[in-house]
Amino acid sequence: MRVAIIVFPGSNCDRDIFEAIKYISKKMPKYIWHKETNIENFDLIIIPGGFTFGDYLRCGALASNSPVIKSIRDHASRGGAILGICNGFQILTETKLLPGTLIRNNALKFLCHDLNVIVQDTLPSPFTWGFKPTTKLNIPIAHNEGNYYVNGNELKKLIFNGQIAFKYEENFNPNGSVENIAGVLSENGRILGMMPHPERSVFNHHNSLDGKLFFQNLMEQLLS
Amino acid sequence: MTKENINIECTLNQAIEMGLTEEEFKLICQKIGKTPNLTEAGICSAMFSEHCSYKSSKKWLKTLPTSGDHVIQGPGENAGIIDIGDDQAIVFKIESHNHPSFIDPYQGAATGVGGILRDVFTMGARPIALMNVLRFGDINHSLTNHLLRGVVEGIGGYGNCIGIPTVGGETNFNKSYNSNILVNAMATGLVNKNKIFYSAASGVGNPVIYVGAKTGRDGIHGATMASAEFSDDTDSQKPTVQVGDPFTGKLLLEACLELMKTELILSIQDMGAAGLTSSSVEMASKGNVGIEIDLDEIPLREKNMSSYEIMLSESQERMLMILKKGAEEDAKKIFKKWDLDFAVIGKIISPKKIILKKENTIVCNLPLDFLVNESPELDREYEIKTSKVNLSNNKIFNKKSIKTIIYNIIGNENFASKKWIYEQYDSSVMGDTISIGIKSDASIVKIHGSEKGQFKGKAVAISTDCNSKYILNNPIEGGKITVAEAARNLVVSGAKPLAITNNLNFGNPEKKEIMGQIVGSIKGIKEACEQLNTPVVSGNVSLYNETNGKSILPTPVIGMVGIVNNIEKIIYMNAKNNETLFIIGQDENKYDGFLQSSLYQEIFCDDLLGQVPPIDLKKEKQIHDFVMKLNDNEVINSAHDISDGGLLPCMIEMLLFNKLGININLPPRIQNLNEENLLFLHGWLFGEDQSRIIISTKKPDKLMEFSKSENIKIYCIGKTNNTGVVEIPKYDSICINKCLDLYNNAIPNLFP
Repeated sequence: MRVAIIVFPGSNCDRDIFEAIKYISKKMPKYIWHKETNIENFDLIIIPGGFTFGDYLRCGALASNSPVIKSIRDHASRGGAILGICNGFQILTETKLLPGTLIRNNALKFLCHDLNVIVQDTLPSPFTWGFKPTTKLNIPIAHNEGNYYVNGNELKKLIFNGQIAFKYEENFNPNGSVENIAGVLSENGRILGMMPHPERSVFNHHNSLDGKLFFQNLMEQLLS
Repeated sequence: MTKENINIECTLNQAIEMGLTEEEFKLICQKIGKTPNLTEAGICSAMFSEHCSYKSSKKWLKTLPTSGDHVIQGPGENAGIIDIGDDQAIVFKIESHNHPSFIDPYQGAATGVGGILRDVFTMGARPIALMNVLRFGDINHSLTNHLLRGVVEGIGGYGNCIGIPTVGGETNFNKSYNSNILVNAMATGLVNKNKIFYSAASGVGNPVIYVGAKTGRDGIHGATMASAEFSDDTDSQKPTVQVGDPFTGKLLLEACLELMKTELILSIQDMGAAGLTSSSVEMASKGNVGIEIDLDEIPLREKNMSSYEIMLSESQERMLMILKKGAEEDAKKIFKKWDLDFAVIGKIISPKKIILKKENTIVCNLPLDFLVNESPELDREYEIKTSKVNLSNNKIFNKKSIKTIIYNIIGNENFASKKWIYEQYDSSVMGDTISIGIKSDASIVKIHGSEKGQFKGKAVAISTDCNSKYILNNPIEGGKITVAEAARNLVVSGAKPLAITNNLNFGNPEKKEIMGQIVGSIKGIKEACEQLNTPVVSGNVSLYNETNGKSILPTPVIGMVGIVNNIEKIIYMNAKNNETLFIIGQDENKYDGFLQSSLYQEIFCDDLLGQVPPIDLKKEKQIHDFVMKLNDNEVINSAHDISDGGLLPCMIEMLLFNKLGININLPPRIQNLNEENLLFLHGWLFGEDQSRIIISTKKPDKLMEFSKSENIKIYCIGKTNNTGVVEIPKYDSICINKCLDLYNNAIPNLFP
């Protein structure tokens, strides 16, 4: 299992992901600086959370023009798996590797707390298969721009294709996301963007271990 | 641009405008043997400001205990450092950003966080936790809403972006802060004991390096502003507020830590208050050397900046370093990688002077010893005033039902949950947060990577405290209580208290009763720190917190750090069903309850004056040792300190999470009171007597044995049940769901 973690100026969950992957897979992931252009032979590329380039201009907008993005696109076109968490999700929508866009939370506040996301019935995907749809995972959020938006037609497409990976619980949507969407898959199911931080529910001192379940499942699926 | 005329002498009026007094100006002229030019006078004024020189408080700060077996670095450096074993050390400090935060709440608070983080990572530590202590005016005051929102957003704006978790703190509201809010930020970092960096410059000829962001005109003379009172035209000071850029802060943090892994760097200091002036003067003077800087080499953001402006700018995210000779190119590579400015701006010289050049002309030449050692130390007149008012409980007693009182306390803005605030902070980034001071009294962060095999790891525990009512009514006793309570919060969380940092926020020290608050609280803090073996390793003083002559409540904030040697021994505060609750430090005899200076008095009497609950520090220490012993022997299931609000509100806090109930076992003498004697019941339920802790246990017999053998008073309150009702037999019953609703929603309802 070879995992790459992309580091941009302003990434701040890179170490957290590194530690989580190391702990769960017992193998060392590799940090990739955003100016690197050659990233082949990875089973999984992770774009961690943070405030790349200070979120200036628009979250993820500057990072989506970094040199490393071309290699990430190549990885995607080879059908490689990519996981974008929080700011990583924002970068994936900015690069159009995932549909939709993430705008400011409807309460206009940064929000950090634990919540449940519900696994959806999706197209075949290493990120969700292995979980029974309707499974609840308790994973924290920490973001200011997590309000997922797509227009009506695109939303219909997402639903029809089974691209919605996770939803917030009805009445516990923290940011105003359309359809309570917390995570979205690419059309081939190989790319996932999600706002919650699974790497923050991995260790015994965390409030939940559901992020560990998420990564364990992902690794099993990717290796099978 | 026209060349600066360095021969223009500073006039007395100009000097006074810069914040110097006439006496100080005369002293400067006499000591340097000339009338200073504007740049020189500006540098002197910054160094002599209260903020940099501690001139009003120095005499008293010197009396604080600052050493101990575990102290690696006491006050005088960028931050204090304590040893936690395994070659690791904890670096921490608290600092205020009060004045800027009132003028521009977002930027003021954000740069407060940025500044304190730099103080910690400049010593080689990776910051692991942020805390903040906030004071706002009356919740109904027209500015409170705007200030609270701005400050909270600013703290989050910086901390969330730079990726250091904000794990706790405290927020209080009182009308004395209406026009002078307090924003105190504390940062804690982890460092390898053998890789600590200090600020003392060394090695004549070694290069002086400027790194980080460019210098602009922001924050010029900020240190002087922070040392003056506000008046109604505070808005005109807006240009002196610094602007923070957490993104550059993050790059600077990573670049500095990367450079510190090499052997290239000799010393380093953050450009904080008074910017390039204080950093260069302090680094050179600590190293017993001089410094020469070429101002043409400073990376500037704006054109035509004068040497005065360059030296006094408080632009953020800048550091000053001394490198080994020849290390410039290797160091520069690291900063280029992070897209940061890197400039060789001067060198270390042997005469103990600060020499500044601009366009090949010397624009400043001042002796360093004079600037640092001869900055004034004042012996201000003081009067330690204690409240003469001695109210019997009878006077404070309120005839409302217990139910009404408890709902009022729990829904009071100074008691209710601050979730509305802390949810706006990223508290779980870095993955090591164990508690944000909600499920335990202290905030707890795991020492990264400290687990080994079966051993689950160590953690650092942090608490912040200040009860201003106590200080107002009795500065000495109040000072003791503030330290004792901070320590108690650590002990009930399973930690051992180690050391403190303090932030002394007061009004105008030129008034003798304010000076009395400063002197008195320092005396109290000193005594408590000595008794509890928690030396003061860093701190900050913020004076002149007054507007139009009205002072804030005295607010000497204590930030205490402790160690949890095994995270499996952490104690949380939520009780579970079927556990027995005990008060440690109190038995059923002779207890009337101390309602003076309490939250009960504050809410129902509209008056803060009264006596302060007595504190016996020896007893306090015994209680701490006892609780630690109980914890070692696995007698404690949960624990909580009895502080603001007294027994009943604090006990209810332990029951809220699991929505438990309890049938309170009242001592016989208050079981059947008639109406006029109900005050004894109120005293018992709401009194704020010190040195008391509530614990829950599954082993009451074992607890009673320990209580006998250790001779510690305990009192059994009763057994928790799952009814969700707190029964006070014959008097009242309280609904936990209602309490939970008030506790969670009081603040959101105030700030929709």
